[in-house]
Formats: sequence, structure tokens, C-alpha cells
Amino acid sequence: MTSIVKPPVKHPSLQTNALGLTKRDYEGAMSTLCAGCGHDSVTSALISAFWELDVPPHRAAKMSGIGCSSKTTAYFMKQSHGFNSVHGRMPSVTSGANAANRDLIYIGVSGDGDSLSIGLGQLCHAIRRNVNMLYVLENNGVYGLTKGQFSASADVGSTSKRGEANMNQPIDPCLLSMTLGATFVARSFSGDKAQLIPILKAGLMHNGFAMIDIISPCVSFNDHDGSTKSYKFTREHEVEIVHADFVPLRKEISAESNAAGGVTSVTMHDGSTVRFRRTAEDYDPTNRIGAYSHVKACGERGEIATGLLYLEEGSGGEMHTLNKTVKRPLVEIPQAELCPGSKALDELMAEFR
Amino acid sequence: MSGLNDFAFKIGTVNGTGSASANTMLMQSIFRMGIPVTGKNIFPSNIQGLPTWYEIRVSADGWNARPGELDLVVAMNPETLKQDIATVREGGYLMYDSSYPLPAELHRDGITFLGVPCGEMCVQSFVRDRDRVLLRNIIYTGALAALLDFDMTVVDELLNEKFAKKKAVLESNHKAVRLGYDFAKKHFACPLPFSLKQLDKTSKHILIDGNTAFALGAVYAGATVGAWYPITPSTSLMDAFKGFCEQYRTTPEGEKKFIIIQAEDELAAAGMVIGANWAGARAFTSTAGPGISLMQEFIGLAYYAEVPSVFVDVQRVGPSTGMPTRTQQSDLFSCAYASHGDTKHICIYPSDPKECFEMAPTAFDLAERFQTPVFVVTDLDIGMNDWMVPRFTWDDSYVPDRGKVLTAEEVAKAEKWGRYQDTGGGIPSRTLPGSGGKGAFFTRGSGHNLNAVYTEDSPEYQAVLDRIARKFRTAATKVPKAVIDGGGSDIGIIAVGGTNGAVTEGIALLRTQGIACDHMRIRGFPFGAEVEDFIKKHEHVFVVEQNRDAQLRSMLAIELGVPRDDMIAVLDYAGLPLTAKFVVDSVVHHVGLLAGVKA
Repeated sequence: MTSIVKPPVKHPSLQTNALGLTKRDYEGAMSTLCAGCGHDSVTSALISAFWELDVPPHRAAKMSGIGCSSKTTAYFMKQSHGFNSVHGRMPSVTSGANAANRDLIYIGVSGDGDSLSIGLGQLCHAIRRNVNMLYVLENNGVYGLTKGQFSASADVGSTSKRGEANMNQPIDPCLLSMTLGATFVARSFSGDKAQLIPILKAGLMHNGFAMIDIISPCVSFNDHDGSTKSYKFTREHEVEIVHADFVPLRKEISAESNAAGGVTSVTMHDGSTVRFRRTAEDYDPTNRIGAYSHVKACGERGEIATGLLYLEEGSGGEMHTLNKTVKRPLVEIPQAELCPGSKALDELMAEFR
Repeated sequence: MSGLNDFAFKIGTVNGTGSASANTMLMQSIFRMGIPVTGKNIFPSNIQGLPTWYEIRVSADGWNARPGELDLVVAMNPETLKQDIATVREGGYLMYDSSYPLPAELHRDGITFLGVPCGEMCVQSFVRDRDRVLLRNIIYTGALAALLDFDMTVVDELLNEKFAKKKAVLESNHKAVRLGYDFAKKHFACPLPFSLKQLDKTSKHILIDGNTAFALGAVYAGATVGAWYPITPSTSLMDAFKGFCEQYRTTPEGEKKFIIIQAEDELAAAGMVIGANWAGARAFTSTAGPGISLMQEFIGLAYYAEVPSVFVDVQRVGPSTGMPTRTQQSDLFSCAYASHGDTKHICIYPSDPKECFEMAPTAFDLAERFQTPVFVVTDLDIGMNDWMVPRFTWDDSYVPDRGKVLTAEEVAKAEKWGRYQDTGGGIPSRTLPGSGGKGAFFTRGSGHNLNAVYTEDSPEYQAVLDRIARKFRTAATKVPKAVIDGGGSDIGIIAVGGTNGAVTEGIALLRTQGIACDHMRIRGFPFGAEVEDFIKKHEHVFVVEQNRDAQLRSMLAIELGVPRDDMIAVLDYAGLPLTAKFVVDSVVHHVGLLAGVKA
């Protein structure tokens, strides 16, 4: 079957953002995923996040690998270039694209199979390199397109549709990211847009690699009793340990949101702010070791810790800062500046004697 | 026959002991005396402690192939002494370290032994352990300088340049070179029957390796992104690119107009190259056979999604890890037909460092014009050995061929734009991410139609695949044309890449034996019309290549429909650069057989 184009319906009452665009302008092709798929909720949250941030659609680049999750980049922002690469290799393609043009907003959408098995190495190294991108990992614990094999994020004891229990240790992308030095680590749930959208916005504006692990249930192969990645299980076991609000630079900070107790603010690269409201006592989302221990302990109690779990803004720097690349995107530098010319070559030739 | 400015010698040492710089200095000295010279480093895949050799060929006529026989061997490695003695030609010379007596059983009649107590002189003259190891090389250099009649002012000048900033080291080097020189003068009849005499045949030339040359070419071509994973024998290419970029592309504030990413593996390196090119940069990777194997999946993506990309394959000996520090031409297939599904790729085959430099812009131009992977297929011999080649020149009017890249305005003007529609010659047009307007499209390796929309519809799928085939046929007219020498003979010799020196010399030698041969050096794939024409014009076609399975011959058969067995395979795949002797012997052997058949 071929892809389905959405009919361009524009309702006059649709709200517009600062660019005069409606959310419809941030949509893509019709999703061909199963009805009720968590990924479609994530797509919808991404549309809201980009729209609310007033990102000109053509300034975003949507990157993905292979799998159900990777298909979703076709379902939002049709005015953006997209790159559906090969299985598990989205991080390298994104690294290269970002190397060439640092001015675009890179969003990578991947899944637990794409990221944690075949693509685990590339994910780790993109984190180490601190590529400036939002990495959305739509995590359902299962291989959907090949009909229900366990993925590397499946919990021990979680059962397949046929009742077989997974015996292998899971890889938690959040804990993994924290150990590798990621500067932005979050977990959310596709069924919780109120939590998800501010985190996506903060992740898009973060100056470096932002990991967001989104529990996104597979209705066809992993939404049964016995699965630890089902809607039911996630709703019952999700514990939001920290709530993040994203406040864009130009918006005034309202007194109302400041009123809540236990607020920590972190200023982003562009001057925007992330305000954390702690729901767990003593949780400090800017302390890597503390955050790691807390999230790990939650997991051992069978809880799914969610929220913007860890944020380190401004330190170290992303790939280009580390490389000391010129601010101007490399793709915009004209040949005259790149080519040393014949005179320089003549001089250089004298050295090869 | 050896003689004045026409001989070859080899130095056998232990790797990691500093001999490489001494050997380079010997070669540089000869070059600066105006005498054409070639050096072949035959080294182990090891950091320290294994045997290594350096062969230097002096040829007033400029022949640069690996020498067929050795007039003098300097055997500084006791471990290979026996072997080194055996490689000296009859009537030749063997220099050895006579600090210890030569075992009687190693004596060989018919050659002259020249004992130089390098180790002993080092111990007597130098105190530091490090000096005693390193300066042993400089002592044999001095002895060779006397035996071969080097111009000592040139040797001194090189030492002065090399150690300009290290006065103490400079003094000890000067002392060591004199020790060797004086010893040889005192004990041997200097010079030997073959020696050096100043010429003026190198002033318009340089000494450079192919990896450095391509790296420089990539800078001139405007490449801004390099992504790679270290692998012998390609590593020095990206190192050189980094060096040139730092020299030419760093702002006064220390900001870089380039980025080089050392990837986690070759897969990632390929992905980065594809991502960067997709975003509009000129990006490339350098690798060797094992890397090409790992990149196969991505190469298929770049082919089908039509993303420009440049892959430099500095071939080494396979299969598998093979012999990483030896040379071969055994990736011809794996480059030309890389990846699963129906794939074929543009390949260009430089024959020496000058062509590595010149073909760098060609590679990027072809990649962008045809929106496809381009392979620059070199080998360890071209890539890592120093070659004497004419100085490089640059035409400042060069404008990169960025291919059909449309701006938002151009897309708007086009009535109906589709990413994969044929705009002529099977070539589509593309837009770059960030360009805006109606030019956004989705790049994918899954089935897509001419408008870049996902498809599983057979005719739509096939329309794209067929157009790519048309594009490939157009490329046959744009890749570097084969170089053809001679004409009129019924024997045609086809070769590719770095064997050119040996084949050219072999043909000259064959002519002296009354066998005239025409020569075609293939420089690009897909093959141009001239390639087929050459094969058709010759009754006896020899295909000389450095692999076991006659890959080039098979490619000619597959692509041109020439019966494979109508072409005679001349195969040398032991891992060392080709010699003219091998070409001559092979052709003579077959011509003899042919004569027999005719009789």
C-alpha cells in the first residue's frame, strides 16, 4: 500500500501561533499505524510542541531509522525535510547532517528495537558526542512490524502475547543516557500529554543531546495482561518524580506557576527556562548521581519514574562547541573561503621535497 | 642492468626503531640530487619489534615500479639476515652490522659482504640508550652515502632541516652520519659499480603519498566534513585532511571551517557522510576493505535514496583482516557492486598521488552531479608510499559541480516538482533541508515513487529503479576516460590503478624483445565507450590486476558483454607492488603459447 495524504482542511477558527500557522500546518501524512498506537499520541504531542514553540517547519529536520516509531516522522511537519535511514543508524546520519548544518532543529524518532539493540552503539556515541538533537525513543518493549518479539527494553518477567516470559535484563534508556553523560534525560508516557509536551519543548530547545524515553504501548502486540509496557500497567505504575514546565524566553513568568513549593529553575541556552516542581522529596534533577540512584530505585520497586529526570544546561557543550566549529553552518561557507587557491598550493609544493 | 643512477637497494630493519625516518631521508637525498627515485615501504602490522623493509629504486629514466632485483641489501635485522642475504642479486652486495661476526653458514658465494659495525660504533660514541638505537640507522645511512656517492651537502641539509629545533639531536646525527661515511670510505672501494650522480630531473616534481594527496585535493574541492574510523592503510588520509584543514581552514580566532568526526565504527562513518551530504556539505570517508564491507548497507541507502557521498577505499590485502599492511586490488567488486539489491556505483581509479589529488574534485563533482556514492579506489602502495610525481597545480577558476540543487524559489517556479523525476540523463533534482517552500521531501530507503512518496506499487517502484539505471549510463560518459597508449598492435594490455608504472615499464621492455603491445589504463566505472572499443580492436587482450579472481576482467565481461575467457588474466596478488618483470614474464609466456597454437 502507498502512503495516505491528509486532505488539507483549514478551519477558520483554528488558533494560529506567532508565525500565523495553525497546528494543521505542522501535520504530515496520515498515520498508517494501528488504531490506538501510543506513537500517534507522541506524534500529536510533537505537533503541539513545534507549533507552540513557533518553529518554522522548514527549519526542522526529522530523522529516523526503521520500525513503527521510525515511520512516524512522516506523520508530522510535511514541510520539513525528513530522513528515514536504515535500522539503528539514525544517530550517525543526524550527526552528519548536524555537522554540515548546525542551524536546523534536529529531531530523531526511534524505538526500543532501533535504539537499544541494533542501534545501541550509535545511540551511545551520539550521546557521548553530545549532538544537538532531540532523541525521541518510543518505547513499547516489543518488535511490532515483525509481530511481537521482545525488545531489549522488555522487563524481566514481562510476557509476550503468547504468554512467554522475557528472561533477559532490560536496558533502561534513561539510566543508560545518564551514565554516558547525557545532558538532558527524560521519561514520559504517550498517554500523558500534559507532561509530555513541556518536556518535548524543553528537549527541542536544549543545547545538546536530549533523550526522552516515552512509554508508548503497542496495542497489537504488547498491551495485554502480563506486559509491563501496556497502557494499564503504565498508568498504574507511573510515578512522576519531577514535573517540568517549559517557559519560552519571551513569555513572562507568571506568579501562579511560581507559587508552588519546591521549584527549581534551570535557564536554557536560548534564555528560556525549565521550572521543575519536585513531587518526590529531595529529588534534584540537576544532580546526576542523585537522579540516577532515584530512578534506579524506582525501577527496582516496579515503578516507572517519569518527568524531566536530569538536566545539565550550559556545561561542556554540544558537538560543535567541542569541535570549535564556526558559528555559520558549514553548508553556507562559499567555495572561495574553503579552497586555499593556486598560490597557496605552489607554496605548499615546496615542502614536499 | 644496474649502473649510474640506475639501481635498487633495500634496507631490512626492525620496526619501531626509527629506521623509517632514516630511509625517508635516503630517498629525499636522492630526490634532491635531481635523480628520479621511488620508495616502497614493506612494513608489518605491528608497532614495534617485527621485520620491516624499505626498497629504494633509483632510475634516471623515471621508472617507478617496484624493482625486479636488488643490487644492494642492508641487513640490519638479525632475524631476517638469512632471508635478506638470499634476496641480493647475483654479483650484488650485502651490508650487515659487523658488531657481531657473521655466522659462517650464512655466507653466500657470488655476492660481496660489507660489514659495518653500526652497533659497536653507536655504543662507543653515544651514551643514551635511545641514541644507541636510533643513531644506528643514521650510521648505515652514512655508510650508504659513501658507497653510493651521495652528495653530502644534501644529506647535511636534510639533517639540519629535520632537527632545526633540536640542537643536541642535530649534532649527534651529524656525528653518526660521519661515522658511517668515514668507515665505508676507509674500508671499502667507494663508490660501488652502481652509484648516484647529480641530475636535473626532479625540480618540477614532489615526493608525496596518495593519502596526503587526496586529503589535499579534498580541501581544494571544498569538502568540509570528514567522518572515519581508523583503519590501515587509510588512516593517514584523514590525518592529513585534518592537518591541511587546520592550516587553511582555521579562523584567526581559532574557529574551524570543517569538522572531522572519528566515528564509533565504519557504519557510523558512512552514516555521517550520508547525513552531511544530504544536508548539503561535501563530506567523505576514508577506509579500507573491511570498512567497505561494514558500510554496505548505508551504501545501498545512498544509492537508492540518491544521496551524494564519497568513499575512499585504500585497498589492502583481503579477505577478512588479511594482511593489513600489504597492497592489493581486491575490492574492485565490493566497491562497484556494493550493497544488496540492484546496485552499481561510480568508481574512479587513480594510479598515483597526482591523480589522487586531481581526482578528489572529480569525485565530489560526480557524487553531487549524479547524487550517488562515488568510490575512489586506491591501494596501500599509492596511499602510503612516497611517489615522485609532477608538482600539483590548481586552476582557480574551478567551480564545484553541485549538481541539480534547487532553491525554494526554483521549486516554486517549477510547475510540478518531484524529487526523483528525471530532469535529463536520468538525473533528478534535489533540495536541501532548511530550504523551505514546497521543496521538502522525505528521504527513505524504502520503496518510493518519482515524487519521493512511499510506495509499494510495482510500476511506481520500477520507474525509479529504471531511471537510476539511466543515470548510471549517463555517468559512463562523465567518469575519467581511460588512458590509451600505442595503437596498431594486436595485443592490448588493460590495467587499472597503481600498477601503471609496472605495466608501462613492462610494455617498454616487451618492445625491446620485439613484442609490441597497446596499453589502456582504466580510470573510471561505469566503463566508457573507449573501453569496449579498445577490447574489440585487439585480438589478444591481457587484463593485469592485483587480485586472485580477475575481478576487473569479470567486470569488463559483465558490463560489456565480452566473453570473459577471451581476455587473458594476469594476476599478481601476493601483497607487494607489481614489478615490470611480472608483466613481461606473463605476456611472454602467453605469447609463446599463442605462437605454439598458431604453429
